[in-house]
Amino acid sequence: MKALVFERDIPRFAAARVAASFRPGRGARFGPLSLDDVDPPELPGPSWQRIRPRLAGICGSDLSTIDGLSSRYFEPIVSFPFTPGHEVVADDERGRRVVLEPVLGCVARGLDPPCTACARGDLGNCERAAFGELAPGLQSGYCRDTGGGWSTQMIAHASQLHPVPANLSDEAAVMVEPTACAIHGALRWPIHEGDVVVVLGAGTLGLLTIAALRRVTPAGVVIAGARYPHQRRLARELGADRVCAPDELPRLVRRLTGSMAYRDQLTGGCDVVIDCVGSSESIQQSLAIAKPRGAVVLVGMPSAVKLELTTLWHRETQIIGAYAYGTESLSPRRRRRTFDLAFGLVRDADLGRLVSATYPLTRFDEAIDHAANAGRRGAVKVAFDLRDEKERQR
Amino acid sequence: MPRPGFVLEVDRSTPPTLFWRGEGFSLEKLPADRSRVIYGPEPLAPLKDIDAAIRHALDHPVGSEPLRALLRPGMKLTIAFDDVSLPLPKMRRPDSRQRVIEAVLDLAAEAGVDDVHIIAALALHRRMTEAELRHALGDRIYDAFAPRGLLYQHDAEDPDALAYLGTTPKGEEVEINKRAAESDLLVYVNINLVPMDGGWKSTATGLASYRSLRHHHNVRTMEHSRSFMDQHRSELHKSNWRMGKVLVDSGVKVFQIETTLNTDTFPSPFEFLSKREWEWSARERATYVATTKALGRTPSRVARKIFHSIEAPHQMTSIQCGEVGAVHQIATEHVLRQQLVEVQGQTDILTMGIPYICPYNVHSIMNPILVTCTGLGYFFNLYRGKPVIRKGGVVIMAHPTPWQFHPVHHPSYIDFFEQVLADTTDPAEIEANYEKAFAEDEWYRHLYRTGYAYHGVHPFYMWYWAAHGLQHCGRVIIVGGEPRAVRRLGFMPASTLDDALEMATDVVGRDPTITHLHTPPLLQAEVT
Repeated sequence: MKALVFERDIPRFAAARVAASFRPGRGARFGPLSLDDVDPPELPGPSWQRIRPRLAGICGSDLSTIDGLSSRYFEPIVSFPFTPGHEVVADDERGRRVVLEPVLGCVARGLDPPCTACARGDLGNCERAAFGELAPGLQSGYCRDTGGGWSTQMIAHASQLHPVPANLSDEAAVMVEPTACAIHGALRWPIHEGDVVVVLGAGTLGLLTIAALRRVTPAGVVIAGARYPHQRRLARELGADRVCAPDELPRLVRRLTGSMAYRDQLTGGCDVVIDCVGSSESIQQSLAIAKPRGAVVLVGMPSAVKLELTTLWHRETQIIGAYAYGTESLSPRRRRRTFDLAFGLVRDADLGRLVSATYPLTRFDEAIDHAANAGRRGAVKVAFDLRDEKERQR
Repeated sequence: MPRPGFVLEVDRSTPPTLFWRGEGFSLEKLPADRSRVIYGPEPLAPLKDIDAAIRHALDHPVGSEPLRALLRPGMKLTIAFDDVSLPLPKMRRPDSRQRVIEAVLDLAAEAGVDDVHIIAALALHRRMTEAELRHALGDRIYDAFAPRGLLYQHDAEDPDALAYLGTTPKGEEVEINKRAAESDLLVYVNINLVPMDGGWKSTATGLASYRSLRHHHNVRTMEHSRSFMDQHRSELHKSNWRMGKVLVDSGVKVFQIETTLNTDTFPSPFEFLSKREWEWSARERATYVATTKALGRTPSRVARKIFHSIEAPHQMTSIQCGEVGAVHQIATEHVLRQQLVEVQGQTDILTMGIPYICPYNVHSIMNPILVTCTGLGYFFNLYRGKPVIRKGGVVIMAHPTPWQFHPVHHPSYIDFFEQVLADTTDPAEIEANYEKAFAEDEWYRHLYRTGYAYHGVHPFYMWYWAAHGLQHCGRVIIVGGEPRAVRRLGFMPASTLDDALEMATDVVGRDPTITHLHTPPLLQAEVT
C-alpha cells in the first residue's frame, strides 16, 4: 500500500528545519517525509479493523512536524516511523463512511481499568499515551502501529470510529476532527453571557473556533484577528462580530471594552482570548489584550516560545492549554462527546466549505506547500484525496 | 498693484503646472485645449502700520461702543483667540493675535481691569503646546498670564467649566465655556483665513462643547452647506448664527475682532510655489529642481519637520471690531477681495494637489482622513454659486497618503480608520453607528483633556466635512497615494496623473474638461 512515511532521521530533521526557514512547508521536500510502498499495519486485536481513508486533512501540527519545528516534548509519545494524518474520513470494513477520532486513549490501547482522565471521558488528557498494546503515540497519525490518514489504508479501534450521516459530504466530514478541537477550545474556559472574546488567528482552527463560540457559548462580542481578506470574510460569515488585522486588535479591544491605556498597554481588555496561532508574538499579544484576571486559551499548538510575563504576573492572567477533545460539560448535569457536538456544528455552519483544495498522495510536497501557505494563497483547509480506487488498490 | 486671480486656458505652449504632493510637489502637463488652471489673486498690500490700525479699530468699532468704553474696574474680561489651526502656515512673529491681544490688554490696564482670562478657543481640537502658545501670543503675554493660570485652553469636556445657555428655535443646544459666558465682556480675536472663519462660529464653535457642536458638525449640515464658504448658502453658518442669537439673548456680551491676511504664503526662496509657472525665474526653476531632488532623498519625517517649520510672511490686510454680524460682513469682504476668482462653468474633472498642511495637522502628520478632509472638505468647498466640478464628475488629488497617524495628536483617527472605514465609508451610516461611542469614549476624553489629542469625535467631523464632496462626485482618485490606504478611504489609487485621467474616463467619458485648483495659496472660485 502507498503511504507517506515520517522517519526518525536527525540530519533530515535539521534539513527540514533549515528549508522551512526559507518558506513554510519546504520540510516536505528536504525532511524525513517520503512516499513509500509499505506493508499494511497489523491488527492488534479483535476490536480493531482496517479503514481506507477517503480524505485526510493536513493540520498545523502536521506542518510543524514536517518542518522540524515541533517540540521535543513529543518524543516519548510518538513512535517512528509513522504515517501522519489524523483528520480522516474513511470507509470501514462494513462499507460505512466513518470519521476517525484519532486520540489513542486507554480503551484503544487495551488498558483496563482506564486512567482517571479516560474514565472521565477526557480522552485528550489520557495518561497512558505511551503504554498498553500499542507503540507510543498520542494519536493515530503519530503511532507506528496504527498508520495514519496519509495512506491508502490504516487501522482503527472500534471506539475511534464515528459513522458519517448520509447527508454529510466527505469534505464536511473531514472537518469534524478539527471542529472538535475548536469546540473543546471554546469550552475550555467558562464564557459567560455578554463576554468579549477574541480569537487570534483565522486559519482553520481560528475560523472553527469562531463558529464554535457562536454556537456552544453565550459569548457577547466575538472579535477575530485575521490577516487575509478571505479569512476576514469567513470569520464574519461564521459569526465574528468584528474582524480586523492582528496588529489592530489592541486598539479595537480597547475601544470595544471601554478600556483606558498606559501608552500602548491596556488597563482592561477582553474576557477571554483564544489563541489559535501559538507563537511567541500571538501569546504575548493575547496577554496584552486579556483583561486583568482574564484568560488566554492556547488552541494553536505552541512550541518553545519567549514571553515577557510581567503582564501575566501583574494582571493575574491565566494561560490555559486546550488540546484535542473528549467529553464536554455543557451544564452541571449535561455532558456530551465533543465529536457529537462537532458533527452538529459542521452540518449547521456548513464547514465543509472550508476545504479549499485536495491533492493525491503523489503530489504531497505541493499539498504541504499549499497547506503551509494557505493564508496567503487564499485557502483554508488542504487535504489529501484518497478516493481514487486505482490508487487504493496499488 | 496686485493682479487679480484668473483662469488659464491650457494650450500646447503652457508649461507644466505645479501640483502639491504632501511634503513635496511635482510639475504636471495637463491636456491642452480642454484644461484650465485657476490662480488666485496676488497678495494684497498689507496694512502700512498694523499696530496703529489695531488701535484705530478698537477705538472705532462697528455697531458697538469703543472697547475702552466697555472696560471698567472690577469687571470680568475674557479674551478668546483662534487656536493653532489658524493661520496656515503659521505666520512669522509677531502673530496677529499677539498684536491684537497686547493692544486689548493695554486698554484693559488703562481702564483698571484686573480680572482678565485668556482662553485658546480650540473646541474639540488638540491643546496647544507652550511653544505654540508663545508663538501665537508672544512671550510677554504668555509669561504674564500662563504661570498664574490666567492663560489656558478651552476644555469642552469639563462639566464644571461649561455653561448651558438654552436652545435655538431648531432645538440646537447652546453650551459654551462658562468663564466666557459669565464674563462682563468676551473679546474674541479671530484670524479669518477663509470666509467660513469668524462671525458667530468663533464663539458658538470655538468655545462650545460636544453637546453643542454636534448640532452643526453633522452630515446633514455639511450636505446642506453649498458651500460652507458661502455664508448665504451655508447651513453651518445659519446654525452658528442661530446659536449666536441664543448667546446674545442670554446676555453674553461679545466684542468681536476679526483680522484678515493676504496670501503671501511662502517665504524666500519658495515664493515661486505661489507664482504662475511661466513667470518662474531661472533661479526659481533651479530651486524647484534642487528642492524636489533633495526631498526625494529626505526621509518623510525629516521633510515633515522642515515643512512645518515654514513661517509664512503673510501680513494683516484689515482689522475690524465690534458687533459680531457687522464685523464679520466686512471681514468677509476683505477675504473675498483677496481670494475671489471668477470661473465660468463647471468641469468634468477637478484636480488638486494636497499640501503638507491643513488646519488639523500643524506640527503633525497629514493622515489619510485629513487628506480626504482637505481635498473633499476644504478644497472642494472653495466655491460660491456652483461647485467647480459638475455633479458626478471626478476629483483627482495628488498626495502620498501614507497609512500613518500621529499617535499623540490623532489616536481616535487611527481607530476610525481601522475600525470604522473598514466597515463603511458612508458618512450617514458612520454617524448613526459609530459617532456616539467615539464621542463618549473615556480614553479619548482623557487624552483630549490631559494630552495633545484631538477629541474622539474629531475624525468623524473630518469625514462629515467631506460629505458634500463625497455625495457630489462620481469618483475620487488619489495620484501617488499608498494603495492600501487609498482603498480604505473608498477611493482609487493611481501611479501618475495620466493614469488617473485614464481611469476617470470610465465616469466622465473621453476628452473631459479638466480644471486644476492652483492652491495654496487659498482662493475662492465664484462659479457662474
